[in-house]
Order: sequence, then structure tokens, then C-alpha cells
Amino acid sequence: MAEPKAAAGQPPAAAPSSSLPRWVRPLLRQLASVAVTLLGLMALAFFIGRMLPLDPVIAIVGEQAEKETYDMVYRQLGLDRPLWQQFLFFIRDMLSGDFGNALFTGNRVADDLKRVFPATIELATFAILIGVGIGVPVGVLAAVYRDSPLDHSVRFIGLLGYSSPTFWLGLMGLIVFYAWLDLVGGPGRLDVSYIDMVEPVTGLLTVDALLVGEYDVFWNTLSHMILPGTILGYSSMAYISRMTRSFMLEQLGQEYVTAARVKGQSKWRVVWRHAFRNILVQLITVIALAYAFLLEGAVLTETVFAWPGFGRYLTSGILAGDMNAVLACVLIIGVIFVALNLLSDLLYRLLDPRTK
Amino acid sequence: MSDNTSTLRGWLRAEVTTSPRHAALQRFYFGWLRLKGNPLALFGLSVLLFLIVVAILAPVIAPVGFNDQSLTRRLLPPSAEHWFGTDELGRDVFSRIVWGSRITLYISCLVAIIAAPVGLAVGTTAGYFGGWTDTVLMRVNDIFLSFPGLILALAFVAALGPGIENAVIAIALTAWPPIARLARAETLTVRSSDYIAAVRIQGASPARIILKHIVPMCIPSVVVRITLNMAGIILTAAGLGFLGLGAQPPLPEWGAMLSTGRQSMLQAWWLAAIPGLAILTTSLAFNLFGDGLRDVLDPRSE
Repeated sequence: MAEPKAAAGQPPAAAPSSSLPRWVRPLLRQLASVAVTLLGLMALAFFIGRMLPLDPVIAIVGEQAEKETYDMVYRQLGLDRPLWQQFLFFIRDMLSGDFGNALFTGNRVADDLKRVFPATIELATFAILIGVGIGVPVGVLAAVYRDSPLDHSVRFIGLLGYSSPTFWLGLMGLIVFYAWLDLVGGPGRLDVSYIDMVEPVTGLLTVDALLVGEYDVFWNTLSHMILPGTILGYSSMAYISRMTRSFMLEQLGQEYVTAARVKGQSKWRVVWRHAFRNILVQLITVIALAYAFLLEGAVLTETVFAWPGFGRYLTSGILAGDMNAVLACVLIIGVIFVALNLLSDLLYRLLDPRTK
Repeated sequence: MSDNTSTLRGWLRAEVTTSPRHAALQRFYFGWLRLKGNPLALFGLSVLLFLIVVAILAPVIAPVGFNDQSLTRRLLPPSAEHWFGTDELGRDVFSRIVWGSRITLYISCLVAIIAAPVGLAVGTTAGYFGGWTDTVLMRVNDIFLSFPGLILALAFVAALGPGIENAVIAIALTAWPPIARLARAETLTVRSSDYIAAVRIQGASPARIILKHIVPMCIPSVVVRITLNMAGIILTAAGLGFLGLGAQPPLPEWGAMLSTGRQSMLQAWWLAAIPGLAILTTSLAFNLFGDGLRDVLDPRSE
């Protein structure tokens, strides 16, 4: 706690020991705070694991196990050690990516996650493309035509996006576009006849299908993705358009915009070349956050669409009472959140000339 | 001036207030006038009031009980007799929606009652004492904030087991951190002001200063935040119900109704459509009302 005082009191050049550039110190401080947060995440996960009303030993050996087997496994799991030692073991396992076995699938959790994650990434990426592709232009337009009917309808549609249960939108979408109109593919990632036609390389079915030139598979998986992806993208579109609008309003009210207009530049040139350029960095932060929240939305959307991704894995793990799988999923989501926050922060620092 | 004060409206508009209660009522009145100018917020408020009335009068409004089955009348489409149709067990969906409003209000009120004081306590303590207390409390806060709400709620429900009470606890555990952060920010702005110094010199204990002089300053913004977060809380509760981790059947929780209605939704669209519309309406109403309330109570944030 004494250090910041010294740093604030002297100009950086006068500090004898630190010949480091000026941006290093805040960076180090931030990394330290991220490390503390990660440690806290693990403590929270450990604590939740302790609260689970399941006996981890019985989960492994079964109800009818002998007393000796039970005791042996009990010791092997380290449950006879003091709590702080158990916590250290837990941290060691988590850091080395050893999440144990998922009892409800019979596989190692790490292997399961490797299998299910690409499906979620594919869906979330599709969704963020929609969210950005529609949300950003719409947000800019709403700011330019402030208080027009367009602005009000954008705001209302956005508010509907915030207020809608995504799982309900999913069900309604399935009823209307799949059952009634037969426009899109149903639940799952592929029609049954296409399953296993493409060897997984990246795990992203669209990419894999294109790599080997199986265009049928590509179109089929796209037709399955379009509904869950759009619905998932809707909520991030609501968020992105609202933030874009408020960022743009702030820029459009500045004097440089008036100056550029007075110089005789066209309205749209000023909007896109001047004002929009200045909000890019802020937008990246918002998009990173929106992407992180897509992972949350994926839990419910995947359940509705039987999408074999991370969210469905988490919910089946919870319903099966599988502690290892649940804790691994929760921790990974937490780490992704922290990482995306850090990333957007670093990008902000790197890209925005004003922070230099 | 004096003839103005003879009417209630004149008294409320008086330029000089005569008592603290007079001032409070006047603030309330001016807030109401501002809110009245915002049709969307008024709409939100009336939907919420309507919902409360429906929940209170559920036994009168609902034609039948929420679990009254009639197996000969299964999966009937909406009609004059069954406004919202019947479900796979022949239960009247309209009655179930009406009874379900009680569960939704119960969950959201309980979450607010738990999360607001916890958030206020943590935030004002951290803000008032500063230093290590602040660092530790806000670190804990950051850890909770680094999970998306639904995921954290899912994890807690997994640990506590399914059910309404556990869902309430799980959602409350995810709802307090933003409030704590807000309360801390508010505390920091008033902490070093003169009136706090005056109270401290008079010998008031930190607990008294926080409870009597800082918490009241935080209340308006906390109320706004809770109202705006209520939409998210309702969606999370419905999501938990939908996943089978919140209220358990046969309770007519709207999310749980969606999840059972899902099995027959291709023959009976109303089983999926109606409970979802109920959830959407409620959370939309909270969002609209919260937006309006923010403009009234917290003009800075616009």
C-alpha cells in the first residue's frame, strides 16, 4: 500500500529502480488483481462443491461398497486431510486442467469439455455476428435520428430483447418456423442423415464441412443454427445497439463534428469517418462483454434446441448431480469472463491513443 | 400564498416546507408529476399494480384451483370457457397463470428483501471505512460479479438442491453485488461531506452514521437498481423453473409451466405461448417502470 504513494509523488523518470515504461505498473497491478479474482473463483467453486449434498465417495464406489473400499477412496480423495490442504489439492488439480471424471458421461470432464465447447463457440460466434451486424448500424442510425420514430422503435425492440425469456423465444421460433412453416432445421446440430458425415477437425461443423467440401452438410448445419443463433443474437443486439447509440450521441454532440460539417463535409462522412471511428475502441469492449454474456444465454438456448454444447452439458451435469462436471463448467465460465474483461481492458489501453 | 396552502395541491407545492414529513411528501408529489409525464413508465407501473391485484385476488379471479385436473378435457385450445386453453392434464391454463403470479411476486420480493440489505450493508461499510475493509469486501464483490448471474445461480442451486426457497437464495446471492457496488459509490460521495463530519464530532458511532446518515442517501439509487434488476431476476427465476431447478411441478410457476408445456407444444401452442407471454409482460413492465423511476429519482444518470 506504500508503493502507490511513491509512484504518485514522483515523476516516473525520477524513480531510480523502475526503468520500466509507464504502462507496466498499472498492467502489473491489473494482473495481480486478476490473479486474486481467479483464486477467489476457485475458492467459491470449492465452497460450492463442499455444499453439494452428495457424498463424493459414494458417487465413485456406489452405495453397496465395503467399509474398507469406502475408507480407501475417502483417503485417496484426500477427504481425511484438513480443509486447507484439500483446497490446495483442488487448486493444483484445477490449474493442471484435471477436473476429474464426469460420472454421467463416463468420460474425463476435460475431454467432454473439448468435445462440447466448439458447438457453443460456433453458436455464440454466429450470434455475435448477428448482434454486431445489426446492432451497430441500427445504434448509429438511432443516434443520428435521435427522438425520431426510428429511434423510439429501436429502443422499444431493444427493451423487448432485454425482457424476453430467450428459452421462450426459442420454443416459439421452433413452433412457427420449424413446425408450421418448415423453413429451418429443427433441434440438434444436423439432420440425422448427416450425422458423422464429416470428421471433426476444428469441431466447428460449418468450418469442417467447408474444409472437406461437403456443402450439403454445411447448409444443413446452417439451417439448424440460424434459429438458435438469431434468438441468441437478438439479446446481444439489444445491448450492442443501445451502447452504440449512447456512444454515438456523445460524439455527435462534440464540437469537432460541427467543425467538420462547417468545413463542408457530407453528413454521413462525418458520422462514419469521424464520429464512428472514435467509438470503435469503446465498442470493442462492449462486444467482448456481449460475447461473454452469450455463453450465459447459451445455457437456456441449447437446452431448448438440444444443441450439444457447453450449456446443455452444464444443465445435464446439474440434473445428474455431477459435482465434477458442474464445478469445471462454472470455473471455466468464470475464467472466460475474467479473461474477456482483461482482454477488452488491454485492447482499450492498446488502441485508444488517449490512454497513452 | 396563504390561500394557496388551503388546498392539498397548494400545500404540496408550497415553496417553504414546514416539517420533514411535508418535505418528503412534496418530493414524492413532484416525483409523481414527473412519472406522470412518462407514458411508458406509467404503463409499466399499471401492469405491475395489476399483477399485484391479480396475485392478491387469485382465489377470486381464478375459475378453478391451480391443480384441478379433468382428464376428459385435455389439451383444449383457448375458448370462452378456457381463456388460455387446458394443459395435458386438463388443468385450466388461465387459472394456473393467475395462481402463478403469486409465485413470481413471491420470488422477486423475497430476492429484493434479501439482496438489498446485504448489498447496502456491504457497500456502505466498504465505502465508509475504506482501506483494507474496502479492498477485501470489493474483491469478494468482484468475484461474484465475474460470473454471469444465471451460471452462478445454477451452481448454487446445484449445491442446495432444487426448489423455490433455494432458487430464491441462489438468485439473491447473485443479486447483491451490483447493489453493493452502487451503495459504495454513493457512500464515497457523501463520506467526506460536512454533515457526516458534524455527526461524527457529536460522537456518533460508525454503525449509527452508516445506518442513519449514509444508508438513507443510498436508498433512491438502490431502489432504481433493484427495480431495473427485477426484470433480470424474474427471467433468471423463470429460467431455473424451466430447467427444472426452481419451483417444482405441480406448482404453477410460469417457467416450470413452459417446461412441461414444451412436450406437447407442437399440438398445443398455447401451452408454450401463454406462460412465456406472462413472463415477458412482467419483466417488460419492470424494465419500463424502472427506466421511468430512474429519470425521476436519479436525474444525474440520464
